[in-house]
Amino acid sequence: MNDATLIRKNLFRKRLRAILLMVSILIAFLIFGVLGALQNAFTMGSGTAAQERLVTVNRINFTVALPYAYWGRIEQVEGVRNAAPASWFGGYYQEPQNFVQSFAVDPATYLEAYPTEIVLPPEERAAFLEGRTCALVGRALANQYDWSTGDRIPLNSNIWQNTDGSQTWELDICGVFDDTEGTYPTNYLMLHYEYFNESLAFGRDSFHWITINTEDPALNDQVSGEIDALFANSSAETSTTTEAAFNEAFMEQFGNIGLILTWVIGAAFATILMIVGTTMVMAVNERTREIAVLKTLGFTAPRIFRMVLWESLLLSFLGGLIGLGLATLAATAASSALAGFLPSFGLSLTNIVTALALMAALGLVTGILPAYNAMQVRISEALGKI
Amino acid sequence: MTDASGLYELKNLSKRYTRGKETVAIFDGLDMTISQGDFIAIMGPSGSGKTTLLNLLGGIDRPSSGEVLFEGQRIDNLGQGKLAKWRAKNAGFIFQFYNLMPTLSAAQNVELPLLLTNLSGKARKDRVKTALDIVGMVDRAGHRPAQLSGGQQQRVAIARAIVADPKVLLADEPTGDLDRTTADEILQTLQLLNKELGKTIIMVTHDPAAASYAARELHLNKGRFEEKGKA
Ligand SMILES: Nc1ncnc2c1ncn2[C@@H]1O[C@H](COP(=O)(O)OP(=O)(O)O)[C@@H](O)[C@H]1O
Ligand SMILES: [Mg+2]
Repeated sequence: MNDATLIRKNLFRKRLRAILLMVSILIAFLIFGVLGALQNAFTMGSGTAAQERLVTVNRINFTVALPYAYWGRIEQVEGVRNAAPASWFGGYYQEPQNFVQSFAVDPATYLEAYPTEIVLPPEERAAFLEGRTCALVGRALANQYDWSTGDRIPLNSNIWQNTDGSQTWELDICGVFDDTEGTYPTNYLMLHYEYFNESLAFGRDSFHWITINTEDPALNDQVSGEIDALFANSSAETSTTTEAAFNEAFMEQFGNIGLILTWVIGAAFATILMIVGTTMVMAVNERTREIAVLKTLGFTAPRIFRMVLWESLLLSFLGGLIGLGLATLAATAASSALAGFLPSFGLSLTNIVTALALMAALGLVTGILPAYNAMQVRISEALGKI
Repeated sequence: MTDASGLYELKNLSKRYTRGKETVAIFDGLDMTISQGDFIAIMGPSGSGKTTLLNLLGGIDRPSSGEVLFEGQRIDNLGQGKLAKWRAKNAGFIFQFYNLMPTLSAAQNVELPLLLTNLSGKARKDRVKTALDIVGMVDRAGHRPAQLSGGQQQRVAIARAIVADPKVLLADEPTGDLDRTTADEILQTLQLLNKELGKTIIMVTHDPAAASYAARELHLNKGRFEEKGKA
């Protein structure tokens, strides 16, 4: 037996109470983990590279198209090294619920824009650049529909109409791309802008955004200012931001996930803080007499303080770690269920470190008052009252 | 050590409590010597200060003035931390209501004071077994307090009080909650600890029959002792 035995026995002396407290902590960390993982999916591809790329969209809204001619004019702006136009395709496969994230891109400039993010064998790269009806498919998407290089697939659009009256484009899968280290989504496909544009029944010669690489990130502010100035007072004004800012704005159409996250987690933690805090105070008050006996035997006040603090830390870490474990399982399940919409996601190291810090904080905050009370117990008074 | 036989010396001891504007003196200028190996019964009416005196002797409470010397060293002016260490080393406590930890087994309860020593796990186990053996509770080592009778709980509590081998045992109404037969068994055990192991015992009781087990009876009344001679 040692102090740890006493701490454990004290925590579980009322088993149901300990379990209920643990479950409430577990739920808070489950929410924390799942929402954190979800936020990772939403902020994927916002790394430093995305901070250095620029994106030009219509000033009204990124769903409103820009004229084709803007591409050429943007390429002429000083400091622009590469400009890659792209359009939403709004694809689905066979059934409308089989959503496929898909863009019509200019292949050469698009691959140039993402030199390290999009990884594929040289022969597939060459094939994609060559073939008009080629599609380049991300690994996650290919896995989802069991597609592989050489397959011919019909891709439907819920935005566009083909000149033949259908909404279907036949695509040849000429390559499957990976990402470098799981930091860039692979749940989408690209098709040739030319092939797409030629066969459009309406809305030809326009695109939705242009991804820009500058000669030097230091030029970014200047370049984006110049581009937006170029089209100021025209019928289609532009807004140029970093790709990271653009991604964030794009994701915000699903709601401000960061803010929701903060509120939900904040509310969950405020609640358990109160529940666990008051319960711990009560639990230790019930033991006043036992604490007085320990003191009589010669346990010092600091030692008793530490024992109570460890008890609440143990509670917090038990509940928190189980919650975080369940969150990992839930995130994995949710990630495969949402594979069509979101890049694969899970808990990041930052999530885990933050969760551990929260567990420690929760344990300390809920433990400090009962620990202080326990330390202050006066033997003669506590043993006097039966 | 000034005197080999003088374990405790109380010098001009006073203890006062203030209640509102009133100051109540429990003792006022109490002097007393307790020798090594004594078995003293302290008697007196309720509220006469028996528990207060025991707390002063046990380093739980501090006097308002005067000195408490233990083996010639003052303990009345020690800080809380030092007092705790002093208690762990020198005093064993026995209470009226046993005060065992309900979540721990008898053996674990007895082991508690040993957590404050640096004995090895093995040495602690041996000590616990010996202490339980002395009080005749080895066969109940694994029982929780709730599974034991009052008398058995008090035996475990006595084992806990002696396990760290303190010089003095302080018992506050140790048989106050027990029937006559069980009380006699407990008192015989205390007597044995005094006679065979040489433990100094100071026992508070209001029961004359219990007091008769002691070698010396002191009557506390209005802050003064009246000694009753014994054969
Ligand atoms: N913390 C305290 N504050 C005020 N009065 C106290 C306190 N502790 C004890 N007393 C008073 O001191 C007197 C002696 O108490 P106590 O030593 O418990 O008596 P006994 O054990 O002989 O019954 C009582 O009148 C009690 O009310
Ligand atoms: Mg009393």
